[in-house]
Amino acid sequence: MYGTAPTRRDVLATFAAAGAVSLLPEQLAAAASDRSIRPFTVKVPQAAIDDLRGRIAATRWPTQELVDDRSQGVQLATLRALARYWTSEHDWRKCEARLNALPQFITEIDGVDIHFIHVRSRHENALPLIMTHGWPGSVVELLDTVAPLTDPTAHGGNPEDAFHLVLPSLPGYGFSGEPTELGWDAGRTARAWAELMHRLGYTRYVAQGGDVGALVTDLMGRQAVEGLVGYHLNLLPAVLAIGDQLPKKSEQERTAAGAFAKFRDDGFGYFLEMATRPQTISYAMLDSPVALAAWMLDHDTDSYYKISRAFVDGKPVGNLTRDTIVDNITLYWLTGTAASAARSYWEDARALAAALASGQPPPAVKVPVGFTTFPGEIWASPRSWVEAVYPDLAYFNEVDKGGHFAAWEEPKLFSAELRAAFRSLRSAG
Amino acid sequence: MPAMSLTPTRRGLLAAAAAAGALGLLPGTLRAAGSDPIRPFTVNIPQAEIDELRRRIAATRLPDPETVDDRSQGIKLASFQETMRYWGTEYDWRKAEHKLNALPQFITEIDGLDIHFIQVKSRHANALPLIITHGWPGSVIEQLKVIGPLTDPTAHGGQAEDAFDVVIPSMPGYGFSGKPTGTGWNPERIARAWAELMQRLGYNRYVAQGGDWGSPVSSAMARQAPAGLLGIHINLPATIPPEVAAALAAGGPAPAGLSEKERAAFASLETFFKKYRAYGAIMGTRPQTIGYSLADSPVGLAAWIFDYNNGEPERVLDRDDVLDNVTLYWLTNTGTSAARLYWETSGQSVILAAAQKTSDISLPVAVTVFPGEVYRAPETWARRAYRNLIYFNEVDKGGHFAAWEQPELLASEVRAAFRQLRKST
Repeated sequence: MYGTAPTRRDVLATFAAAGAVSLLPEQLAAAASDRSIRPFTVKVPQAAIDDLRGRIAATRWPTQELVDDRSQGVQLATLRALARYWTSEHDWRKCEARLNALPQFITEIDGVDIHFIHVRSRHENALPLIMTHGWPGSVVELLDTVAPLTDPTAHGGNPEDAFHLVLPSLPGYGFSGEPTELGWDAGRTARAWAELMHRLGYTRYVAQGGDVGALVTDLMGRQAVEGLVGYHLNLLPAVLAIGDQLPKKSEQERTAAGAFAKFRDDGFGYFLEMATRPQTISYAMLDSPVALAAWMLDHDTDSYYKISRAFVDGKPVGNLTRDTIVDNITLYWLTGTAASAARSYWEDARALAAALASGQPPPAVKVPVGFTTFPGEIWASPRSWVEAVYPDLAYFNEVDKGGHFAAWEEPKLFSAELRAAFRSLRSAG
Repeated sequence: MPAMSLTPTRRGLLAAAAAAGALGLLPGTLRAAGSDPIRPFTVNIPQAEIDELRRRIAATRLPDPETVDDRSQGIKLASFQETMRYWGTEYDWRKAEHKLNALPQFITEIDGLDIHFIQVKSRHANALPLIITHGWPGSVIEQLKVIGPLTDPTAHGGQAEDAFDVVIPSMPGYGFSGKPTGTGWNPERIARAWAELMQRLGYNRYVAQGGDWGSPVSSAMARQAPAGLLGIHINLPATIPPEVAAALAAGGPAPAGLSEKERAAFASLETFFKKYRAYGAIMGTRPQTIGYSLADSPVGLAAWIFDYNNGEPERVLDRDDVLDNVTLYWLTNTGTSAARLYWETSGQSVILAAAQKTSDISLPVAVTVFPGEVYRAPETWARRAYRNLIYFNEVDKGGHFAAWEQPELLASEVRAAFRQLRKST
């Protein structure tokens, strides 16, 4: 089969030629520079799912780690439990049904097909909100915030808490297209998001993000894109650039600085690999489901142990359930996007290096910024750090549960934070 | 989890081979363990293992190409794809097996672990015993071509008094050596095991050589100064002075006052630290995580190994040689256990003088600098690092895999480096 074994692009092209409603937007053949917004439905061929299961079943395992914690990486018992669940209990079609129950679209922006979920609230004065996932996430991590954000009255809120919600897949992630040219860093994605909101007819909107989504969202703010009236973050990406300049006086500041130092020292390998050698690590991730799963599970300590407990002890934390965890990994597998997603780190590292080398501070933010610190985050940013980056911080709160994948793990709490953070912006409009 | 696996685990295969009485991965005389602590060893991989490797390569799912024209995103798809096609179709592992089995190989248990080694004695009476240690992503495969010139110098442009008896062990967790099941197998412990090995072989006067991990292992031997060790030769020396290390950690700039050669070394190191050190960071902190890739995907393993040397080992090495080495990692399923060596040293760089405690070495140290190495160690730095530097030479060709790329040249360097130690007694 080698040599005839298709690359992802070949597979997509085949589907398109066959006219199937598939991973690809239905109208790929339509003219370029098409500004149309096309409906999208997920329907993965059964053969792809069968192939995945066959590969998981044929896994050749390494020997067990030599320690009894995560200090050598994803533990064998955790990954074996995940693999067992993946082949014996997980049903991708359920995830597909969850996605297809929501209005999904594709539109080409700046030469790349952008997939997005777009749920309009039935409340007239809902505030449009574009929310961006991160790595190793996807729109899957945001699905359970859709109902509380768009239909607040059914979820403990008031009609005036409603949002019209736009959830795009980052370029190179999920059902969005893979950039084939250089330059798709978070800044370019930020411009694409502004175009997306414009194309959807939203002239006054807010944005939200954590992880890579925080970077994109913050750059929308710094670029002062038209229509953006404020944004909310649950990760402070500036720490990556200026972490050594942030205050370390209070106990909370020292704890956060220690956590960041530990991350740089011990938890940064995945970041460095994707930022410098994305293609190299991709060969295994495209070829081996367990390699992909391990790479995705080995993110931050808090989420790793929560996920590990879900599989090994059957005790998920919040909404980080076995099904949603495997849904997300399966999405990466079936779309074959591990390489293009990893490449986004290479692009962002290049952009960051150029920004630092320029010696110029980033443009000031002119819209209100809200921030929520979740306790399990890699570095749980204290208010002083957030204020150092955003002197006119409009909203800050520290909540008592949730971690790096806040929207995924605690969708209700997360939604309540967004309602609170953006409340003042509604009256202003 | 037998229900999960369509493919046998390595242990299963070994057990099957042993039960069948085959001379397989296992030493043939394991059943007679205890009668002789040094057991002959022959490589004989079951055909099913080779068929399974080919099947996996054929079923590879590849990523789309990189978005650059150079190697800056990692292994480029097009040339790699062709090498993988060759690996899965035309490449013949049995040739590597024959090369290995043409040499005397043994296994002996040291410190609770089976250690595989090649031992070739010279026909010359006063040959100097030499233990050569490979590195990552290498194996004994990288050392095969130096065996002739070192043991049989008169057939390779040398003289009878240049002869060595060579001992080439597989490091713990590498190749046909056992995989440690507990922590602690760092270069210090490997060095002690090597001293025990040489003693067990009856050598009471010997030298040691290595590049890559072979350098810290040889250096640890020199620090420990076991009875019989006369000196070491290394081709990846730990010469980086503390102030240069600090500048590198800070992302530059270079300290003031560097000579031209020192500035050139700094520039190479800066490039390496900024662009090419991620593999070490991953294996140093998360060997198990990358281990799933290395155990389950042949192309994942090959890409990880190829990325060393900037992604195109075929530029400087023979394609079959490179694939022999990758196939050895695959068939022994040692990608993960090999990666753990980085974790064992907690990320201590093998090229920083302080991290490698070079000032604690009083035995003679010889250094050869190959131009294609990660950095060209300047003599000034080497003299600061090693107070008993008996030999320093910069040669004009060869790189990180010196023994593999330039076996004759490395052999002549080893002869020159140790010549005075032979005379000393």
